[in-house]
Amino acid sequence: MKKLLAGAAISALTATSAFGMGHGAPVTIGVILGFTGPIESLTPDMAAGAELAVAEANASGNFLMGKEILTERADSTCVDASAATAAAERLITASEVVAIMGADCSGVTTAVANNVAIPNGVVMVSPSATSPALSEIDDNGLFFRTAPSDARQGQVIAEILGERGVTDIAVTYTNNDYGKGLADAFEAAFTAAGGSVSITAAHEDGKGDYSAEVGALSAAGSDTLAVFGYVDQGGRGIIQSSLDSGAFDTFVLGDGMIGDSLTEALGSDIDGTYGTAPGATGDAFTFFDAMAKANGIEGDGPYRGESYDAAALIILAMQAGGEATREAVAQNLLNVANAPGVPIGPGQLGVALQLLEAGVNINYQGATGVELIGPGEAAGAYIEYEVIGGVLTPIGNR
Amino acid sequence: MVDILNALVLFSNFVLIPGLAYGAQLALGALGVTLIYAVLRFSNFAHGDLMAFGTMATILVTWWFQSMGISFGVLPTALLALPFGIAIAAVMSLFMDRAVYSFYRKKRAAPVTFVIASVGVMFILNGVVRLIIGPDDQRFADGERFIVRARDFEAWSGLSEGLALRSTQAITLVVAILIVIALFWFLNRTRMGKAMRAYSDNEDLALLSGIDPARVVMVTWIIAAALATIAGVLYGLDKSFKPFTYFQLLLPIFAAAIVGGIGNPVGAIAGGFVIAFSEVTVTYAYKRFLGHLLPENLAPDGLVQLLSTDYKFAVSFVILVVVLLFRPTGLFRGKVI
Repeated sequence: MKKLLAGAAISALTATSAFGMGHGAPVTIGVILGFTGPIESLTPDMAAGAELAVAEANASGNFLMGKEILTERADSTCVDASAATAAAERLITASEVVAIMGADCSGVTTAVANNVAIPNGVVMVSPSATSPALSEIDDNGLFFRTAPSDARQGQVIAEILGERGVTDIAVTYTNNDYGKGLADAFEAAFTAAGGSVSITAAHEDGKGDYSAEVGALSAAGSDTLAVFGYVDQGGRGIIQSSLDSGAFDTFVLGDGMIGDSLTEALGSDIDGTYGTAPGATGDAFTFFDAMAKANGIEGDGPYRGESYDAAALIILAMQAGGEATREAVAQNLLNVANAPGVPIGPGQLGVALQLLEAGVNINYQGATGVELIGPGEAAGAYIEYEVIGGVLTPIGNR
Repeated sequence: MVDILNALVLFSNFVLIPGLAYGAQLALGALGVTLIYAVLRFSNFAHGDLMAFGTMATILVTWWFQSMGISFGVLPTALLALPFGIAIAAVMSLFMDRAVYSFYRKKRAAPVTFVIASVGVMFILNGVVRLIIGPDDQRFADGERFIVRARDFEAWSGLSEGLALRSTQAITLVVAILIVIALFWFLNRTRMGKAMRAYSDNEDLALLSGIDPARVVMVTWIIAAALATIAGVLYGLDKSFKPFTYFQLLLPIFAAAIVGGIGNPVGAIAGGFVIAFSEVTVTYAYKRFLGHLLPENLAPDGLVQLLSTDYKFAVSFVILVVVLLFRPTGLFRGKVI
């Protein structure tokens, strides 16, 4: 909080007005999210989050001497790679967007990045694609994400286990890209830290009976079971069956398992179970949340803050480069996102734009504490939960 | 000695008790299939969804009871609701018989026509169940959940392995035994049961001796619906109710009926347990079991698991194929399909 105040103070010192200096044609940022499809309930708020950042920059009038920024939405569908590719193609060739905020789901994000964005030299900043596979794509420095890779979550869980002195664990995951990615990442991090995984077994969702799976998992001899599945699906079935047969008492949960329906069903039988989910608690996010609510973004869905931050990074990168071009975004995005520089919180885009114009480095923190590591993805803030007295209780930030 | 006890407890907890309960559920399902095959002479593919329908009716009545505050003490309320579920399923079966099968019976259609008609009935029931209760998981078990808890057993016995006995597993076994005794008494001792067996052996001869075919068909459907509903409710209490898993149960149930010898009630029961124990024993990992029994230096490093649990249904298929190849009449000399 102190740093945020310092940033505000510096902005007051360097305040130079650039109001009303219209500067050439407006520049367009593409917003490609799954407005139809499996996450259609989340995407309107995500898009509104991105547009909130754009509106904030426009209102300050500080962007490239008063240049106006527009947004154009396109539908990724979340699941249909060819539809998403066509939509992105339209944004890039017809609307000539300067960068893309999106896409959302890992599969379509990979398709859009490989087929359209990277060949055309357009930066993509995804707010919500978490597959570890996206860290590996050959992106020419053009793909970024403000959501953490599940590889990071694997590490975080491995660290927590290390601190709790767990050295031997059984792992089960839901049989899809998410579950497999998270289980692989966890196993790599955990064995690297000296732990041993006695068995890794997939489970299918939607079965009536998981006693056979639990029998195999418990036969391996570990006392603790890591469950990387879905709380309303096979993950809960595995835990229920483990409790019934006395196979395991303590469970380690991935983000898909963190949900109130788990404790509603199992209550204090799973006391002492712990896990992680992405998210931030703290002043910056509270501030963003209030700002979003004040601007008509009513929902509490995930990835709103990440969307705001993604759009903000694109805007700031252009300002740092001094021009509204695709190259400027690509070259400056990491610089504005990371230290060194003046920390910038949510709602301070106008200040940040002024600082950049004056040649001062900034370190954009935004709503979610942005810190891009490795191939340009969020380091990832996670909340550690523990079941205490039959309730999922946040016990710390990671 | 302690090691042997530990191994036995472990084996009972993960193989014997779940296998017995699952076997009893399959046996009840297979009895229904075999009965329809024996009397009406066709493979009723709608049986899995008839189970789902009867279970759904029972669940709805259970919820109604619960909302009125009626409970069955330590036993699940669903047992009280079961007779109502059976009645509703029986009405549905008779309606389907009147609407679909009686038409083909009058025309003396070939058995394969009946089989395909039953596939149609299966899809209709499938849709009806999903329309009424939805495709999701429903849990309706209440009452005391455990007879023996794993942790309590460990504390009581001082062994390192726990043994859990859920009340639903015990209820499954007790109800299955009672139902089987009642069914055999009915088939062998009552006038109607004998009429059904006569009709099954030779339809024309039965007609000549004054047996009313319409009554035989009606009673057969009512018994089949009762068996399906009981099997479905026991499975749902023990595991959970989801329309799709009941549809999938069709495979092990048919495997059980055919392995035992389709048309033969004793065979259906034996087949149910053969299939259940094959599925459970082949997919269980014996690492800890052998670890208790063998000296330390011989204890296995691997899991000693013959097949991954993903291949559970494949076990039923393989047994089915082997039996059909080498002993098409099944273990207990049923009919040849």
